[in-house]
Order: sequence, then C-alpha cells, then structure tokens
Amino acid sequence: MAALINVPAKAKRGDIIEIRTLTSHIMETGFRHTVEGALVPRDIITSFTCRYNGTEIFRADLFPAIAANPYLSFFTIAKESGKFEFEWTGDNGYSTTASASITVE
Amino acid sequence: MPTRRQFLSLAGGVTVIPVLTLRPLDATPAMLNTAIRNVVGEAPIRTGKVKLDIPPLVENGNTVPMTVSVASPMTLDDYVKSIHVFNEKNPQPNIGNFYLTPSSGRAQISTRIRLADTQKVVAIARLSDDSFWQVSADIVVTLAACTEELN
Repeated sequence: MAALINVPAKAKRGDIIEIRTLTSHIMETGFRHTVEGALVPRDIITSFTCRYNGTEIFRADLFPAIAANPYLSFFTIAKESGKFEFEWTGDNGYSTTASASITVE
Repeated sequence: MPTRRQFLSLAGGVTVIPVLTLRPLDATPAMLNTAIRNVVGEAPIRTGKVKLDIPPLVENGNTVPMTVSVASPMTLDDYVKSIHVFNEKNPQPNIGNFYLTPSSGRAQISTRIRLADTQKVVAIARLSDDSFWQVSADIVVTLAACTEELN
C-alpha cells in the first residue's frame, strides 16, 4: 500500500524534527448504509506506531472519526543517524509498513 | 450601624461565591462524558495548557484538519504522556489517542478528522504527573461526514 513519509534527510543532533505520514486507506466508518439499506461493514486502521532505531517514539489509536487516507504529524528529537519504521494495522488483518532514513550530525 | 438593606445585600453577596468544579466541560452528552471517564477515570480535569487548532466553520465534515499542542517543556521529569481527542455528536465519541514520550521534544500532533454534525471537540492531555488538562472548540459543519448513503 502506498504511504507517503516526510522526514528530513539530515538534522543536527538535538534538533526537534517533524515527521509527517500519509497512507492510503478508505477508513470505512461502519456507520454508512448502501442505497438498499445494508450497513457497510467497518474497515479502518486502528493503530499506528513509529519506531526510531527500534525504540517506539510515537503511537496512535485511530477511530472511525479519522478521515480517509489517515494523515499524522508528530515530533521527535534527532538523536542519532538511523532509521524510522512506521507500521499501520487495522481491521481485517490490515498491516502495512514503511521506513525512512535520517543522518544526524 | 449598618442598615437592614446593607446587611441583606452583604448576606446575598456571600451566597454567590463561585464553587470550583472540576468536571468535563459543561453540556457534555452522556456518551462523550463516558468516553472521557474511560480514559481519565475519576481524576479531576483542569482547563488550560492544551491548544486545539481547528477551523471554526467547516464546509466538508469528511476531512477537517486539526492540530493539538500542549504547553510542556517535554523533559524527563515533565512531559506529556498522551493526548486524547473526543467529539460530541459523531456516532462514536472517540477520535484518536496519541502517545508521546520525553524524546518527542514538542507536544504537538496533527491529523484530519471527520465530523458528522455541528458540535464540540474536546482535547485532553495527560501529563507525566498524571494530571489531566483539557480544551474544547465548537465547530460549525455544513456538510456532514460518516453517515451519508453510498452511491
């Protein structure tokens, strides 16, 4: 699944950096009906996690009130060069990952 | 010697000393209140520290940009543990829970949310000393999200 990640490629040690993520997902609320009156079953991402060189730095529980194609932005302190790993999990066994690298000077 | 009128006005003045209450913000429907209590427990919720940036008038409730920030030094001793966002009139009162750490550096998150109706959004922050702080915002929505029919 397509995910867009925005992490600065380079940062100074101790800088506070912003991480922005966007992933494509319908986020079907489970509260909508078809014209025939049938309830459309819920299909959402329920959890997002970001790890920085293996350590969890941010986590979110998502609910149907999060818009389709969930966008999340948060901050972290650039401590060392390495890798950010992102994971989205949800209904019907949904799971997708992405990663981004950073060089800290 | 005070007159009777002065005495009565003095006595009346005593009775209007405001009582400080630490409940969730006023006029919260039961579902919203329950959802907040599920997170907060019986702890008092104070108003302040939290800032909720959300447009006051929204044309399309399907995607509403929202930023929550908390005034915090984000040090090992004093940081924001989590931010919880609730709504008043969607089919479900929860919007999202966001968990931070001292290494977040800045207590601020942004996302895009759905609003099914003109309503209030409440953001609550849990600090490292387990105190809770809240803010609310009223949003007018002209096109609702969540419950419309599929075509």
